[in-house]
Amino acid sequence: MALVLNDDQRMIAQAADGFFADAAPVGEHRRLRDAKDAVGFSRDTWTAMAAMGFAGVLVPEAHGGAGLGVVEAGLVMEAMGRNLSAAPMLSTALLGAAALVKGGTPDQQAAHLPLMAAGTKLFALAADEAARHSPFRVETRAEPSGNGFRLTGVKPFVLDGAVADWLIVAARTEGEADSPQGITLFLVPAGAAGVSIQRRSMVDSRGAARVILEGVEVDGADMLGERGKGGRLLDAVLDIGRAGLAAEMLGVAGQSFAMTVDYLKNREQFGQKIGTFQALQHRAAHLFCELELARSATLKAMMALDEGDVRAPLFVSLAKAKAGDVAKLATNEAVQMHGGIGMTDDFDIGFYMKRARAAAETFGDSAFHGDRLAGMIGY
Amino acid sequence: MTTDIDTFRAETRVWLEAHCPAAMRKPVKHEDDVCWGGRKFVFSCPEQKLWLDRMADKGWTVPEWPKAYGGGGLSREEVKVLAAEMRALKARSPLSSFGIWMLGPALLKYGSEAQKLEHLPRIARGEIRWCQGYSEPGAGSDLASLRTSALLDGDEFVVNGQKVWTSYADKADWIFCLVRTDPAAAKHLGISFLLFDMESPGVSTSPIRLISGASPFCQTFFDDVRVPAANLMGEAGKGWDIAKYLLTHEREMIGGMDGADMRSSVSQIAKKVLGETIDPLLRAEIVRHEIDAWAFLLTMERVKDEAKAGVGVGALSSMIKYYGTEINKQRMELLMSVNGSDGLVWERSDEGAGEDGDGDLARSWLRSRANSIEGGTSEVQLNIIAKRVLQLPGA
Repeated sequence: MALVLNDDQRMIAQAADGFFADAAPVGEHRRLRDAKDAVGFSRDTWTAMAAMGFAGVLVPEAHGGAGLGVVEAGLVMEAMGRNLSAAPMLSTALLGAAALVKGGTPDQQAAHLPLMAAGTKLFALAADEAARHSPFRVETRAEPSGNGFRLTGVKPFVLDGAVADWLIVAARTEGEADSPQGITLFLVPAGAAGVSIQRRSMVDSRGAARVILEGVEVDGADMLGERGKGGRLLDAVLDIGRAGLAAEMLGVAGQSFAMTVDYLKNREQFGQKIGTFQALQHRAAHLFCELELARSATLKAMMALDEGDVRAPLFVSLAKAKAGDVAKLATNEAVQMHGGIGMTDDFDIGFYMKRARAAAETFGDSAFHGDRLAGMIGY
Repeated sequence: MTTDIDTFRAETRVWLEAHCPAAMRKPVKHEDDVCWGGRKFVFSCPEQKLWLDRMADKGWTVPEWPKAYGGGGLSREEVKVLAAEMRALKARSPLSSFGIWMLGPALLKYGSEAQKLEHLPRIARGEIRWCQGYSEPGAGSDLASLRTSALLDGDEFVVNGQKVWTSYADKADWIFCLVRTDPAAAKHLGISFLLFDMESPGVSTSPIRLISGASPFCQTFFDDVRVPAANLMGEAGKGWDIAKYLLTHEREMIGGMDGADMRSSVSQIAKKVLGETIDPLLRAEIVRHEIDAWAFLLTMERVKDEAKAGVGVGALSSMIKYYGTEINKQRMELLMSVNGSDGLVWERSDEGAGEDGDGDLARSWLRSRANSIEGGTSEVQLNIIAKRVLQLPGA
């Protein structure tokens, strides 16, 4: 498969760019931040995203979605990254949809996917328990109780956890903590008895939540995928999210780079444009190369996922590691090259640095994914 | 249903199987195993010559060139099939040459019909080996400041000056050379592109010994060398355009060579050499290197695919040259670390001395340091990206 977007995909990229620049530009992100908006995004924007087919990008057409692939989902994420658009795209349209498509029973899919695609129900993945990403370190217990289970544990960092209608909870039905064996995923209504949710806003002004589960009753029908086999399902779902984050970081890094190059062309010091200084030219040119590498790795990962390539997890780790490092480098350099104004809140470039850090950290940074990749090639 | 390309694949497979000598299906181990062709070339075995001749008869030393110039006239898809079938058979490349990689594409674009007919078939058959006369002692990164002069005297140019870093000048038959034909013109506008025979009176060469101990490069001197005016390629004063076009090919070649080399990855070599005993910080360095190396290979793939699809940025040869060579240097540094004191061996007199591989790693490491200098330094590549791609002021 050629490592290049086809015509339809280029059209989607264009449409997404136009949409987010108009409906959810950086200014909107700033407005939500300043208003300390409890939701953290605009419901109207999400409804419009559903109408555009973005919310249901991965949802099969039979369930009211667009029936497209990870490449297309990534193009939406990249456009969101460029505009720093806030919306529950990652948590609902990527992670939520992937979990149901990959792990859901026909009944579960019929119940949830249409509402997901319509933008009426939001999902959040309650998986990580450690501060550094470690997907199989699950100590939340699922103990048999009657026809179902009782869930008890703490999920300290659930993206969009405070706005979700449904939580996808990773809990341990058996096995040792840290083992991928014995993990089971459950669909839990956010309003269920025993669930308490404490919102926390992050450095990039997005919303997450600390979710506490105290003997939450779920029945067998709420189980997503097979009992004890949720580790593999979780990793496959996470890979969709990781690829999406890599794509988002391409947008974040690309836009902050474009702003920086523009600044180099306009800012004058010592009687000349600072872009004439070779010290800055070389750093900008190096960054250009790094961005191209991140783009190649990310496109490969998304295509590999869509093609069902067995090496897809490998390429996902490559993409997440590379895009994460490049996004951090690009945004750090952006602030440095902007100088003092880059440190001011009035100027947008700081938002990009914050978002890059958050996205790079989420679901594994380059150290995590470098190690995962090395493990997969037997090193 | 059998398509044309399937038929081509089947026929190619049969032909290669029948015509590629067994000796030409073994891995290339020594410099002798590479066929460079030319008047002075000594074939290491009869099969090497047989393989060259058979492939040249088919036009398959340059499968994508037109048949009229000694090529195979194959479509892009057929060229890929041929390459794949050769790989499957582990067939060696029948001919390596600067004529194929560098001069040929420039001749096809800028040469006169007479020049194409004179030179391209001989390149394709491996009869003439070419070298490149670009750098001078005073013109390295600032190539356009070159001073080798070629002044018209009747219907001949008289060439005087000195070139340096001329790869294999002592083994080459002809040279493609940047010369200054108009001393009064502005720097870039006085340069022309001249082709001439290295056996012309007044040409002399002297090898340069490098830190690796090898001498692939020469100094080349021109003392009143008389060259027919008809050997001028393109217009007088337009040589810089051709030079830039050709450098693009050279850069992709240098960057790309390293890519091919990366198939035996540092991590796999480290695993073999060190097993589980590797220290964690070295392992981490290797993993970070592998991420960049892999992302770079994917970028080469994407740039090619985008060019085919007619989309993409284009003009990315500077990126490929810059990143590819930096990656290769990093790779050699890591391999030296992995091998520790074994990597330092240059020669030895103990048992097993003279076996394959003595000092190869150290020599390759030293050789790799030139990657980011030759064909335009990394810094020059960054200048080009800053100017052409980013369009920064004053770049």
